[in-house]
Amino acid sequence: MAGVHVSTTINGDPVEFVCQPAEVLLDVLRNRVGLTGAKEGCGTGDCGACSVTLDGRLVCACLVLGAEADGRAITTVEGLASGGRLHPLQEKFIEHAALQCGVCTPGFLVAAKALLDRNPDPTVEQIRYALAGNLCRCTGYDKIVRAVQAAAAELATDAAQAGKSGKSKKTRKQTAA
Amino acid sequence: MRYEAPTSTKDAVTLLSRAKGSAFVLAGGSDLLVRMKGGFIEPDLVVDIKRIPALQEIRKTSTGFRIGAAVPCAAMGEHAGLRKAWPGVVEAANLIGSDQIQSRCTVAGNLCNASPAADSVPALVAAKAKAVIAGPKGRRTVPVEKVPAGPGRTTLGKGEFVEAILLPLPKGKTGDAYLRFTPRTEMDIAVCSAGVCLKLGRGGVIEEARVALGAVAPTVVLVPAAAKAIVGTKLDEAALAALTAACEAACAPIDDKRGTVEFRTEVAGVLARRAAKIAYQRAGG
Ligand SMILES: Cc1cc2nc3c(=O)[nH]c(=O)nc-3n(C[C@H](O)[C@H](O)[C@H](O)COP(=O)(O)OP(=O)(O)OC[C@H]3O[C@@H](n4cnc5c(N)ncnc54)[C@H](O)[C@@H]3O)c2cc1C
Repeated sequence: MAGVHVSTTINGDPVEFVCQPAEVLLDVLRNRVGLTGAKEGCGTGDCGACSVTLDGRLVCACLVLGAEADGRAITTVEGLASGGRLHPLQEKFIEHAALQCGVCTPGFLVAAKALLDRNPDPTVEQIRYALAGNLCRCTGYDKIVRAVQAAAAELATDAAQAGKSGKSKKTRKQTAA
Repeated sequence: MRYEAPTSTKDAVTLLSRAKGSAFVLAGGSDLLVRMKGGFIEPDLVVDIKRIPALQEIRKTSTGFRIGAAVPCAAMGEHAGLRKAWPGVVEAANLIGSDQIQSRCTVAGNLCNASPAADSVPALVAAKAKAVIAGPKGRRTVPVEKVPAGPGRTTLGKGEFVEAILLPLPKGKTGDAYLRFTPRTEMDIAVCSAGVCLKLGRGGVIEEARVALGAVAPTVVLVPAAAKAIVGTKLDEAALAALTAACEAACAPIDDKRGTVEFRTEVAGVLARRAAKIAYQRAGG
């Protein structure tokens, strides 16, 4: 079977790989690119453990073909921390003990980041809807929701401070409607 | 399996019509990839239509909206004009799966997957949506309800695929709504569902109506008797009772773990009644 040659961008870095035509992005990330943050839970788009973003939209990497990634931009949980510093969501998940076994955590983090990028001040209900595609079988969801709220609050404080120091407050893109 | 991502409709049609063995269109893949991974299908060719520029956009035309077959349902919810004109259709499309699925799933894929429980389809049928089909003999446009033929089967011929879904511009005082029943609030398949579109005339009297039901027959069904039951009325109690009875009479559902025949039949009537009330209010009644 002929492999498909793919040039893509992952967490800001150009990446090339050759994959089988029917190989899903999740397997490419884990087995060919060495990014094992995204996990396989169900493999059918129900659990969200493999959540990544594709051209800015949240997707399940288990339901995307690796070949589809050509020319697109992917972010995974590995792209959340920057310069050795954890993203506020990651810090708050730790502080609030919003994880036990950890298998669902990368997916929750990526999905929560996608939510906050779109809606920096979500209500509890909005958080629960936005995370409905992510399943956790250990903690229940309350701690996760609280961690997302805490991260949103911290990001808002950061943005306000950045605003005071003269930078634009509009660091987050609102989805144009 | 071969993967192709043509950049024009013409190339997609050529690939699909020349394919030896089984060929499938890939839109969002939220049904196709699940079936491939489950071993239910083994495609020889997959034609990804998301690289065809004309299929990637929602375009407002002089006659309505053209939703390209590669447009993810999330983008429908982000389109203010579409939301305003067809709130029921957009709500139905946005009910499909989670945010992860919304980024990928398309209404054309929902239609062509041909599940009787497909959420966007009753709303599209009620709204008189049409499917633009491209194929080896050129293009044809058909009412969306003509596309599914039965569970998992469509009326599309070899080499044909849906390029876009067309929605008309709502005329005068028009309103639409879609409701489904699921045991869970999110991430569940409709046990049954109803889409209603109404147009009001003078004094809030219903002039035109379309009622479509999901998951109560092998395909989504348009129920003209239900529309007839409310046309000429102001959706009073008697009209609502007649609508409910007509919907119940149109139900021929299966009995399965998600719902019995009796349950689906009764709930379909209830949903149609409630959706009609919402549509009536949205139409300005
Ligand atoms: C976790 C999860 C939750 C879901 N929840 C729901 C739900 O709540 N409600 C619901 O209705 N569905 C649900 N689905 C099913 C699925 O997401 C929808 O049916 C979706 O609309 C399919 O669109 P797609 O673009 O992903 O189709 P694809 O998977 O790409 O295609 C589906 C089928 O249609 C064919 N096809 C696709 N596009 C075209 C075209 N333009 N022309 C011709 N043939 C075409 C494909 O070859 C394939 O056979 C869910 C699926 C998952 C995985």
